Amino acid sequence: MTTTVDTSTRPPSSLIGGTLPTWAPALIGALAVASAVGLNMTTGLAGWFGTTIVGALIFVVIQSIWSFAVEGKRHAVDRLATTVVYSTFVIAVVPLISVLFTVLAKGLKVMSWGFLVNSMRNVSPRNPGGGAGHAIVGTLEQVALAAAFAIPVGILAAIFLVEYGRGRLARAISFFVDVMTGVPSIVAGLFIFTAFVLGLGMERSGFAAALALAILMLPVIIRTTEEMLRIVPNELREASYALGVPKWRTVLKVVLPTSLAGIVTGAMLAVARVAGETAPLLLTTFLTQSYNNNPFAGPQAALPTFIWDQITSGTTASVDRAWAGALVLITLIMIFYIVAKLLANRFAPKG
Amino acid sequence: MSKSITMQDVDIYYGAFKAVEGVSLKVQANSVTAFIGPSGCGKSTVLRTINRMHEVIPGAYVDGSVLLDDENIYGSGVDPVNVRRTIGMVFQRPNPFPTMSIAENVLAGVRLAGQRMSKSDAEDVVEGSLRGANLWEEVKDRLDKPGSGLSGGQQQRLCIARAIAVKPQVLLMDEPCSALDPISTLAIEDLIRDLVEQYTIIIVTHNMQQAGRVSDTTGFFNLAGVGQPGRLIEMGSTSEIFSHPKEQSTEDYISGRFG
Repeated sequence: MTTTVDTSTRPPSSLIGGTLPTWAPALIGALAVASAVGLNMTTGLAGWFGTTIVGALIFVVIQSIWSFAVEGKRHAVDRLATTVVYSTFVIAVVPLISVLFTVLAKGLKVMSWGFLVNSMRNVSPRNPGGGAGHAIVGTLEQVALAAAFAIPVGILAAIFLVEYGRGRLARAISFFVDVMTGVPSIVAGLFIFTAFVLGLGMERSGFAAALALAILMLPVIIRTTEEMLRIVPNELREASYALGVPKWRTVLKVVLPTSLAGIVTGAMLAVARVAGETAPLLLTTFLTQSYNNNPFAGPQAALPTFIWDQITSGTTASVDRAWAGALVLITLIMIFYIVAKLLANRFAPKG
Repeated sequence: MSKSITMQDVDIYYGAFKAVEGVSLKVQANSVTAFIGPSGCGKSTVLRTINRMHEVIPGAYVDGSVLLDDENIYGSGVDPVNVRRTIGMVFQRPNPFPTMSIAENVLAGVRLAGQRMSKSDAEDVVEGSLRGANLWEEVKDRLDKPGSGLSGGQQQRLCIARAIAVKPQVLLMDEPCSALDPISTLAIEDLIRDLVEQYTIIIVTHNMQQAGRVSDTTGFFNLAGVGQPGRLIEMGSTSEIFSHPKEQSTEDYISGRFG
């Protein structure tokens, strides 16, 4: 055959290339830290922020040059990209940890059993003491009510969109769900305020707040449930139909159980998202300094409004209480997440 | 004794596209019929019309009549759910329900169709169906383990057990062995020969040796060109089709000069 490739110009075939020793990154890191700190002391670089930036730059430059010289271009670029990816991860995590740390440090100051069970009744903003018990009860009741409205409606709407929806109606619902995702929370509050408090003459209550929160939860639940239902393989639906199972039972017994883990996670995310809402609560239930265990009558406290109220009072004692309230809120949301993850694992398809 | 299937001048559509045209055939009760033909010729589509699974796809419909013994399954007032309980189906890829155990998978058709049954009845159905699918000995100690933990061949036999648990008259198999290794394929083929004593079986296969091994009757499907509807070219006893086909295109396909 005359078409054989001329192999005389092949590059030398060596499978072994130069490699940096495994301790190289550690050495470069130590060098970078040492030189950045040294520069900081001798030239008075701008604080720890400037020092960190300079240290990182020194690390990248030394590593790239060394790697390029020993390992070649591809490895040098690989190391550079690895450094960038790790750095962005650190940059993303720093604020998160910082927030958690600040809330913990400041919130633990006045945290006690008393803080969890007492209300602010007859406690002046200037005085220490009092607690967020009334706000915890309010938040739990409002969020539970909101979930009781939004989760069933949201899941059913998603089932309609994925399993039954065809044509105009489905497209319209899908469009309005997208629009609802963008509704600012205060607008949801205003809507309930106008429709129920002004329109129907209901008094402000935790129930009205729950309605506003439910409006905010709905699009999140519909979208996540829709995604979860869509990734259930069509083969499973067909397998069920082929056994002579009616469509509604297929949805109920095959499609929903298969996607339940994701749906539970989505619902819990929605719950966590609305648990921290402040604006709609101010319009629909306002706040109170005492226990009001009945969500259907009269203003009810909640953790976000409690934090807002304490911060705006501005005294040392009330600001401390605001931080403690923030700690309780974050802990509650974290508990929701953990419960969601446990439930999700419990329901996840095994095998 | 199971039931026969007769198709009379059936046209099958996906929306405006005519996928299969003018299929008329007769499948005897308690026989194995193989549908062979090149990809895209409509043999799976024809299979899916026999238990009204075709219309699950939006826009798909069927023109013509399909008789189960002498009852038209496309007649007015016929509930497709009842058709599917009478005519079971096994798919190309094993698809046990991932949230269910082996026993629950076998019972899925019975339970989800809304029948209540006592615990001992349920156990009888599980054992009977798994024995029927030659799987009982392999799984009897782990009936409460998830079905998705089985090997591919075992999963496919689990799907067959699930299909026969609802006691159908006819069993449709859409390339049941194409995702399986030769040993599992042999197990399924042996099973098909056992099952034919109680069921009418129609199997779609790309494997002509398989058609030759398991089927009594073979139907060859082909299409004139891309975008044209598929047609049933000829149908006859398997030995006849493989040794003396009447049509040139059948001969070409079987001898490997085509498709």
